[in-house]
Amino acid sequence: MIENIDLSLVNWSRAQFALTAVYHWLFVPLTLGLSFILAFMETIYVRTGDEVWKKITKFWMTLFGINFAIGVATGIILEFEFGTNWSNYSWFVGDIFGAPLAVEGILAFFLESTFVAVMFFGWNKVGKKFHLTSTWLVAVGANLSALWILVANSWMENPVGMVFNPDTARNEMASFREVVLNPVAVDKFLHTVTSGFVLASIFVLGISAWFLIRKREEHLARKSILVAGIFGLVASVAVALTGDSSARTLAQVQPVKFAAMEALYEGKSDAGLTVIGALTDSGERLGEKKVHDVKLRIEIPRLLSIMTTGKGSGYVPGLKDLVNGNPEKGILSVSEMMERGKYARQVLTDYKMAKEIGDTETMEALSARFKESDFTDNYFRYFGYGYFEHPWQVVPSVPVIFYSFRVMVGLGFFFILLFILALWFYRREALERNRWFLWLALLSIPLAYLASELGWIVTEMGRQPWIIQNLMPVGVAVSNISAGAVQTTFWLFAVLFTALLVAEISIMVKQIKTGPKH
Amino acid sequence: MTRITTAISNIFRFYYDGFRTMSWWGKRVWVIILIKLFIMFLILKIFFFPDFLKVNFGSDRERGDYVLEQLTGNN
Repeated sequence: MIENIDLSLVNWSRAQFALTAVYHWLFVPLTLGLSFILAFMETIYVRTGDEVWKKITKFWMTLFGINFAIGVATGIILEFEFGTNWSNYSWFVGDIFGAPLAVEGILAFFLESTFVAVMFFGWNKVGKKFHLTSTWLVAVGANLSALWILVANSWMENPVGMVFNPDTARNEMASFREVVLNPVAVDKFLHTVTSGFVLASIFVLGISAWFLIRKREEHLARKSILVAGIFGLVASVAVALTGDSSARTLAQVQPVKFAAMEALYEGKSDAGLTVIGALTDSGERLGEKKVHDVKLRIEIPRLLSIMTTGKGSGYVPGLKDLVNGNPEKGILSVSEMMERGKYARQVLTDYKMAKEIGDTETMEALSARFKESDFTDNYFRYFGYGYFEHPWQVVPSVPVIFYSFRVMVGLGFFFILLFILALWFYRREALERNRWFLWLALLSIPLAYLASELGWIVTEMGRQPWIIQNLMPVGVAVSNISAGAVQTTFWLFAVLFTALLVAEISIMVKQIKTGPKH
Repeated sequence: MTRITTAISNIFRFYYDGFRTMSWWGKRVWVIILIKLFIMFLILKIFFFPDFLKVNFGSDRERGDYVLEQLTGNN
């Protein structure tokens, strides 16, 4: 049971994974977005033959190269951690995780060894069109590479397309199509890559603004602001739309996370979306979890109901409904799910015992149950609940998710305004006159990274206590190793990644100060 | 055969020239990449991140039985 698990080990393993993922994600979104910005700029160069666009493309390509090179392979450390710290999980997911990651590995290898090389070494050595094609293929390839990682991640949020094999204790892929077209994966891919486009656009906008503040490279800066402004505006609207679609899917497959994002404890019809609010302790408890009141609330009436059900009068379940159950609304209580999960675990235990004594007849009968839809749909799908002692244990940290979500969304709308202003001032040839805007654009670069990281915090912290939704809690996923070993490698990573980040920032700043080659 | 040899020679020359004429930042990031890969694969992976199941069990059957035990333990 969960109580018997070494919490220190679980917490250090989670902290280490979070640290690695957060650092890794500092490099990835810039690669995703800047690759497309380069492709747009080079396309303009090839179509117009204007050498200024070639100079602009090559300048941003340098910054892309620094980020790409320093960030490359930082994600592999996450795979090291799966094998060492999360071995039960790694084994349990079986080939579901392996197949998309293998596709990603092959794609990344061919991409990195061929087209990136053409991009950097190929100027004046290959034809203009071949070079341009390579730049586009790097952009498409980098984003497709992200697709496979996100498919694997989405399966953890909404496990589909698999059959559990009790003999090997692994999930086996039954439908690659279902895994790839998992609605969570589709939403997550679109939302994640478009957020990368926004981050890269703000990066280009901010650095161009710095050039204008310093009255340097003004032509390059203005042209770059135009490309980043258009791309960023389109992408930031797309982020808002895909975020809306993600929320709709989330309400179906992870209703507890969705309710936690809104700090919605009591389910209701005509539910409004909280735009701004402050959480306070109500004094009430849901099990051992605090129940929060939302003070200073500014809300958009009925929007939450519309987002989740498509109707303003639609019922949105709160955390109390989801934990205690609401038969009127067809919501199963967590206690009931725990019973069903325990039953599924008992069937697996019976299988294990039959295997130990070589009772093949019982083994075959029990193994067949894992393929019956009645058992998989009504019992095995709640397998992970069988590890809990108390229903309230399925509730994540509400304040972390509530505030992270609000800051992320608030920044998202701020970025839309920023891009509109950039294009407005560009059109009126008023960029240099509005120095406040230039400073705002420059200072928005860290905000773009903050918003991007907060998105992952909402996703991953909101999923707690699950590593695989409904099937495996984090406490069951860890390896039987010492917490001290994980603690040591945590600090090793902290030093390594900080060194890489310092190296990236220092080389990049030096290159920005140097500016494009004339 | 000559065509293939020429193609390989051209590819080699493409990469060779690319690395030879690399700018200061290119050389610097390559040094960082090599140090990073050395630390990751020859230090961290070998000494700090052994695959728990591969190190402790000899076959997939044993690994499966171990995880089955973990999943059903205390039930």
